[in-house]
Order: sequence, then structure tokens, then C-alpha cells
Amino acid sequence: MSLEQPSVDFGRRYLRIDTARVAALIPLRAIVVSVVLVVVILAAGVASMTIGAYDVGLDAVLRAIVDPTSDPDVRQVVVEWRLPRVLFAVLCGAALALSGGIFQSLTRNPLGSPDIIGFGIGAQFGVTLMMIVLELNTYMFKAAGALIGGLFTALLVYVLASKNTMSSFRLIIVGIGVSAGLGSLTSWILISVSVEKAMMAATWGAGSLASLGFDQLLPATIVFAVVMVAALPLNRTLPVLEMGDDAATALGIRPGLTRLSAMVLGVALIALVTAAAGPISFIALAAPQIAQRLTRSNTPMGTAPVMLTGAALVVVSDLVGQLLSVPVGVVTVSVGGVYLAWLLAAQFARRA
Amino acid sequence: MSEVSRPTTLPAAPVTDAGSDTSNPDVATTDADIPGAGSRPDRGDLPHRTALRVTGLFAAGALLVCVTIASLAIGNRAIDPMTVLSALTAYDDANPLHLMVLELRVPRTILGILVGAALAVCGALIQAFTRNPLADPGILGVNAGASLAVTFAVGVLGLTAPGAYVPFTLAGALAPTLLVYTLGAVGSGGATPMKLTLAGIALGAACTGFTTAIVLHDLGTLQVMRFWGVGSIGGRTLDQLAWALPLIVVGLIIGLICARSLNALALGDELAHALGARVRVTRLWVIIAVTLLAGTSVAAAGPIAFVGIMIPHVVRWFTGPDQRWVLVYSMLVGPIFLLLADILGRVVLPSGELRVGIVTGILGAPVLIALVRRKQVSGL
Repeated sequence: MSLEQPSVDFGRRYLRIDTARVAALIPLRAIVVSVVLVVVILAAGVASMTIGAYDVGLDAVLRAIVDPTSDPDVRQVVVEWRLPRVLFAVLCGAALALSGGIFQSLTRNPLGSPDIIGFGIGAQFGVTLMMIVLELNTYMFKAAGALIGGLFTALLVYVLASKNTMSSFRLIIVGIGVSAGLGSLTSWILISVSVEKAMMAATWGAGSLASLGFDQLLPATIVFAVVMVAALPLNRTLPVLEMGDDAATALGIRPGLTRLSAMVLGVALIALVTAAAGPISFIALAAPQIAQRLTRSNTPMGTAPVMLTGAALVVVSDLVGQLLSVPVGVVTVSVGGVYLAWLLAAQFARRA
Repeated sequence: MSEVSRPTTLPAAPVTDAGSDTSNPDVATTDADIPGAGSRPDRGDLPHRTALRVTGLFAAGALLVCVTIASLAIGNRAIDPMTVLSALTAYDDANPLHLMVLELRVPRTILGILVGAALAVCGALIQAFTRNPLADPGILGVNAGASLAVTFAVGVLGLTAPGAYVPFTLAGALAPTLLVYTLGAVGSGGATPMKLTLAGIALGAACTGFTTAIVLHDLGTLQVMRFWGVGSIGGRTLDQLAWALPLIVVGLIIGLICARSLNALALGDELAHALGARVRVTRLWVIIAVTLLAGTSVAAAGPIAFVGIMIPHVVRWFTGPDQRWVLVYSMLVGPIFLLLADILGRVVLPSGELRVGIVTGILGAPVLIALVRRKQVSGL
């Protein structure tokens, strides 16, 4: 292992791994960023485990995690109840960020994210329909409602907006139209039931990690791991595809196949999170862009830093959400909206 | 010149006969002082067009009267028009039907007329002001901002009377208008429709997030806001409406005064300046009018989607891009549409749960999608 400049100067420093079996060139900045993000995730995660109805100090949390012989009550609260929530935050953040990176790289557009085209509103509508109209209140049905609602809405927006070519302006306006229509229907359902039911549906529809435990974590982790491994090759192929189909073909990438697998995997990741926690908006939009700026990379697609950025965003948002006692999705929407405004201002100014 | 080449991107005939010196690029140079002189054979019947517009205006007025009577007569319990008329002319305390008309339906209908006119004119003003045919108080985040302000008033400060919302909705309507315009104007090319829309989405999302955060905090706030968040014109008394009337009327008058300057503004800032329009002053007044109209109607009826975008479009098919006609027609067609939507909601679900905001939301979505799929708009 050695630090060195490659023979072609890309303006960055690389860590070169060169053993008998493995050889890789990793940008040094990406490593530093990743380490910092891991530290942020750990710190916010531990901090979030101290918060709750039952007060647990920082030292008690740490002791409960590392020492199996410590106070069983504290251990139950920290490990059984609060740890899965933090782990879920990490998993959801990573999955959303990876999915956002895939879509943004695929569409070559920083706004190419499911959040823009009504996924969240659709999921909200699906959950409300399931919980209140059909009165199917179990976890599986809520998850299915969010999933089907979100995917169907995104698909509907996409189909309605496509017309020979896809203009992002049209996509956005159709997204607004469909969202407003579905939003009216959701409000209609919400005002026709008792306020407690409306609160339940609104909380779930906003995206919340509160009701998750180890039971849901294991299957979610397995699915996530499988999809992530399947997505690893995209880390190399998608940035090449960003150069255009012709160039990518010349460089040995099959555009059609790559695009199809990228879309399937991106949708699968979003679906996984929505099924588990409801729509946690704007992470898929913001995380790849933030990671790209942090690592000074030239593509929103880059597995490790992007996923760590997403995880850090969700863990910190959940911490803030717990402090304000609101669902994590509410925090991400608020922060994400402000972030989007800033992103746009920066983009507009650069075109000047 | 890029701004000049797409003044409003509207399809209709761009010619007017009166005051055409500031209305249009073609007209301004070709027949500024010879209205209808036949210099352009295809438009040779200009006085006829004006006659048509005036006739149309009277027709719209008559339709509004009919719809108003229908709104007073139709409901959970149908009341025949003669009883409605006698309730208005010779009120009889003992007659429960008269009481119903005067106490329930008259306030509802008046509010519908006020809010419909305010929203439609507000939409027309924003569209002219931003040169963006898809602008709407909802799309540009004004409704979301006003909703956030009201949620803050209800959830944090504990206010409940609709009249108490007014300062909040006015502030909540003004801030997003200014912010979206400032954000959209960053960079070269000024405030293009694309940039304004994106800025509106971003601010709208942030406001919605903050609103949800406050609402989910407390069952009482959710109870108030889930009803308020769906625009409705029912359940208000005349006393509660007294404050809305002057604000909306002032907003409408300011909007109408700005109409001529807005026609000039459609040509781009520089040309408008050259034509003698005071660009900055006009902008300022339009922002004041938009704030008054959007803020008051949101305070009085809650956020009602799509009226602001649909009505000016429908109106322009008939009038062409002259803002004076667009604004006057919007003022009549907006209430017609809003009252019809309200009546529809009452007929479909007599329980009153299908509020007018839901009806316009469901009706408006397909219209917006159809508009954006049309060639001229998507070419922006």
C-alpha cells in the first residue's frame, strides 16, 4: 500500500493498493470523508440512544452496548429498543442515498430523484388508503400501501410527462399536478375520520422510524445487502454511461443492460426503505449531491461516501426529530427543502 | 431579445384595438394608431372583437348571477329559487328556509365569489408578472407559506378565530413571493419559468415540512389544521367575512390598475422601460396585490389549489393576452368556477365532507397536466 500520484495527474491524491491479488486506486479524499462520516454516524447514533422517555446517560449507553453483564433494564432499553432504530436509520439512509445516486447518475440531473416526482405524496396516499379506508392496520399492509402508492405515482408521473422526449420541466409540473390531486384525496380521507386515526396515518405517512425493531431489521438488512452487492458494478459502469451511450459502448459498457439494472436496483432500494419506514423524503435527492461536493468527485455515483452521507443525514435527522418529537421524515423534508433551494441558487448562479 | 420573443407564450390572437401601444410587440410597431384600419386583413374586424369581448363579459356576468342563485338554492336541502329570492327581498323570521338561506348559504356564496375572484386575479397577476404561464399561488409556494404561518398561529400561539389569521397569512404570502422571485432571479437570464417553478417547489417543500412538524406535535393543532388545510368556503358567518371584503377589493383594484403596465412588462424589462412603463413600481404594486389577494383568500377559505392557474388560461383562450381583459374576465370566471366546484361538492356528498378545495384539487390536476403537455407551454 502506498500513497502516490498515478502516472496521469487527475489533480487528486490516491491511495494505491497493490497486492498479489488485489489492485485498486482509491482517492485519498474519499477515504478521509468516509472516516469523518463514520465518526459522525457513531456520535449521533450514541447520542440518539440516550434520548427517550427513560433517561440513560452517555456512559450507561456505551456500557450497555459493550458489556453484556451490565444493568439488564438499561440493556433492554438501549439494545432492544433504541439500537434497532439507529441501525435502521443507518440502513435507510444508505439505501436512499445509493438509490438517489443511481437515479441522478442515470438521468445526469441532480434533480433526477424520486422525491421530485411525487413518490412521497403517493406513498402517503397509499398508507392513508390502507389504514383508514380499507382499515388494514398491520405492518405488512401499511408497508404495501406505501410501496404501491409511491411506485404507482412515480410511474404515473413518468408516463404522463413523457412525450417523445423527457423534459425535466414537464416532469416537475406533472409531478406537482399529480401530487396536488392525490394530496386533495388524502386530505379528504383525513378529514372524514377521527383525529386520532388521522394522526396515526399522518405520522406513518410522513416517514417514521419509531415503530421498528429487530424483527424488521433482519429481513431488511438481508435484502439491502443483496441489492447493494448487485449494485456494486454500477459504481464503475454508471459514471461511464454519463458520458453518453456511444462513448460508453466504445468503452465496453452495454448501455441498455446497465440502464435497466440500475433502474431495477434503484427502485428496489427506495421500495425497501418505504416499506420499512414510510417515505423519508429528500435524502435520495440531497445525499448524492452532498457526497459529490464533499469528495469533490465528478459523479453523484460513488458507493461508500454516498451511502455514508445518506446514513449520517438520516441518523442526525432522526436525532433532531426525537429532540423535537416529530417523525424523521418531517425533519428531512424541512431540511431537504431548504437544501434544495440552496442547491438551485448555486446552480443558477453558476450558469451566469 | 430572447425575453421579447416569448412574451407570454400564449396561443391566442395577440391584437387589441384600444391602447395597443403597449400591448404587444407586433402591434406596437405596426398599427399603433390605426385600430382596426384593416392594415392586417386577418385581423380586420377589430371593433367586432371588442364587441365580442364586451358581449362575453355580459354573458359571464349573467352566468355568475345564475350560479350565485344556484349556490343559494342547491344544498343538503334544496330550496326553490323563488323562496331564495323572497328570503333576500322579504325576510321572514319564522320561515326556517329563509333563515337557512341568510345564515348559511349567503355567507358561503359571498365568500365563494370573493375568494374565486381573488384567486383567479392573483393567478393572472403572477403569471403576467413572472411571464410564466404555469405560475400559480400554489405552485410558487405562496399557499404553503401562508399555511405555515397559520399553522404557527394555531399550533404555537394558540389563535383560532379566522380573522386572527389575517396578519399571518399576509406575511406568509408575502415572504414566499419575495423569496421565490429573488431565488429565481439569481444568475443570468433573470427569473425564467423553470427557475421560478423550482424555487417554488423547494420553498414549498420546506414550508410543508415545517407545517407537518408543528401539526404532528399536538392533536389539537392537527384537529384544526386538517380541516383548515383543505380549502372550504362553508361554515363562516357574515361578521367573520367583514374584514376580508376590503382587503380583497383593494387587491383587485391594485391589480386592475397594474394591467396596462403588465402588458408592457410582457415584452421584457428593457422594452417595457422604453415604452414608458415604470418597471420597478409595477413590480412592487403587483407583489402587494398578490399578497393581499392570496393572503386574504387563504385566511378566509384555506388553501384552494388550481383556481389561480386554470382560470386565466381558460380566459385567455377567449380574450387573448391583453391583461386588462384577462383580469376583468378572471374576476368573473373565477367565482363562477369556484361556486360550481362548491355546488358539485355539495351535490356529490351532501354530508359536506367534499369541500371545495378537494374538488378543485381533483378537477385541476388533469387540467394542469394537459396544459403542460401542450406544445407551447412545454417549449418554455
